[in-house]
Amino acid sequence: MQELKCVVNGKNVAIMIDPSHSLADVIRYDLGLTGTKKGCEEGECGACTVLVNGLPVDSCIVPAMKANGKNILTIEGLEQNGELDPIQEAFMEAGAIQCGFCTPGVVLSAKALLMREENPTKEDIRDELSGHFCRCTGYLQFYDAVKLASEKIKSRKNKEKK
Amino acid sequence: MKKVEKHLFPKNVKEAVELLAEYKGEARIVSGATDLMLWIRDGKVSPSVLVDVSDLPEMRFVSVSDGKMSIGSAMTHAEIAAHPDVKRIFPALSDGCRSVGSPQIRNIATLAGNIVSAQPAADSVVPMTALGAQCELAGPDGTYMRPLCELSKKVGESYVDPTKEIITRIEIKIPSGKYGTAFKRIAPREAMALPVVNAAVMLEAEDDGTIKAARIVASPVAVVPFRAKNAEAHLIGKKASPKLFAEAAEAAGAEASPRDSLVRGSGEYRKVLVKDLVEQALIQAASLFA
Ligand SMILES: Cc1cc2nc3c(=O)[nH]c(=O)nc-3n(C[C@H](O)[C@H](O)[C@H](O)COP(=O)(O)OP(=O)(O)OC[C@H]3O[C@@H](n4cnc5c(N)ncnc54)[C@H](O)[C@@H]3O)c2cc1C
Repeated sequence: MQELKCVVNGKNVAIMIDPSHSLADVIRYDLGLTGTKKGCEEGECGACTVLVNGLPVDSCIVPAMKANGKNILTIEGLEQNGELDPIQEAFMEAGAIQCGFCTPGVVLSAKALLMREENPTKEDIRDELSGHFCRCTGYLQFYDAVKLASEKIKSRKNKEKK
Repeated sequence: MKKVEKHLFPKNVKEAVELLAEYKGEARIVSGATDLMLWIRDGKVSPSVLVDVSDLPEMRFVSVSDGKMSIGSAMTHAEIAAHPDVKRIFPALSDGCRSVGSPQIRNIATLAGNIVSAQPAADSVVPMTALGAQCELAGPDGTYMRPLCELSKKVGESYVDPTKEIITRIEIKIPSGKYGTAFKRIAPREAMALPVVNAAVMLEAEDDGTIKAARIVASPVAVVPFRAKNAEAHLIGKKASPKLFAEAAEAAGAEASPRDSLVRGSGEYRKVLVKDLVEQALIQAASLFA
């Protein structure tokens, strides 16, 4: 067992973990945050995507100790004071969710993209989401959702300015 | 089954080398872990200690000086793909890095890992081989340089022993005269698919366009990244032209002998792809100095 210290969804975490475990397993079983899904467990499907220091990674193939000293964002960390993130709202409104298994990962990749790029092009979106498999909704609704989220984020910012 | 008991974070390369020595083969270097995690799970390797070098400042930089580019080997594929100096000076390398896996893989997978994993069509190794890269290694006997093209042994195995030594840095000479580089790849889909064939070239030319040096690499057509030497020889001393490039590409296709593969396609098909991708790469590289 080894001590893992990191920040998860804004909170400091210090726990003893098995260093042979993946970050996905520690997030799900040690921290109880089951929003992070395990799909292929080979880094192919993207269901387990979380942000480490703002960058999307496949947590199923990341050794958990790699999170040490880092800032981790999982799907549970997106809502603020009981309100959904604009990206989550946009995914619902654009019909970009069906069974929901790939959704947490896709939303986090969209989050990373929109934190970096306020007005992503179709190419940017395609590229950022290319590491995700969706087996029901299809991919077009993802574009719509990310575009809509980008509009929502901009209009919120404008309101705050006023 | 043995499992990982400790994941250690040395402060610098020196300490990392000492840790490897201390654990006498039980410890192994880890960078992004995109390959290693799967091998450990499959029982292909079973280190009890991981020595993590992915955040060492000594291995995380890109610098350009004295006519060469030096790259810390813990740089990720995403970082190299987006790096303005790499894009400008060696587009073959940024394009190769850009083609790896998905954003999630590129954000963490490193150049060093790509080299030591030794897949013949490794997407950053192929362009770095065409660029004539040299690697710096640090081990118990100090540091030394080795040409990258001498590090691959066979499919999945390199001459670097990650239980003893560390690739710390990659160095690439920037030609002083006219030159161009290019990378081409074909895969079943654009993301998250291994290449059916990839190819990288580097051309150096006199002011009048006469080719004075050429490196052409195509993969996977052999157990290590394949240099198309006949094609290279055909170019030397001749003026760059579409006809010349078509002839050289023909030679590259002829000297490559890819296997029939259920995953990648028939050998015959991939021979034609080698010819086509090499031709496209030569034309693109030459367009950068024309
Ligand atoms: C889903 C998926 C898709 C992929 N797609 C591609 C692709 O399109 N193209 C491609 O080329 N590859 C691909 N890969 C393979 C892999 O991502 C690359 O080979 C990557 O560069 C490995 O780097 P890493 O930092 O993750 O290495 P690790 O997994 O950390 O290490 C790999 C090996 O190198 C050793 N090692 C690591 N760093 C050093 C060092 N500094 N010195 C000495 N030894 C070291 C380790 O001990 C281990 O043996 C893919 C992998 C996955 C899981």
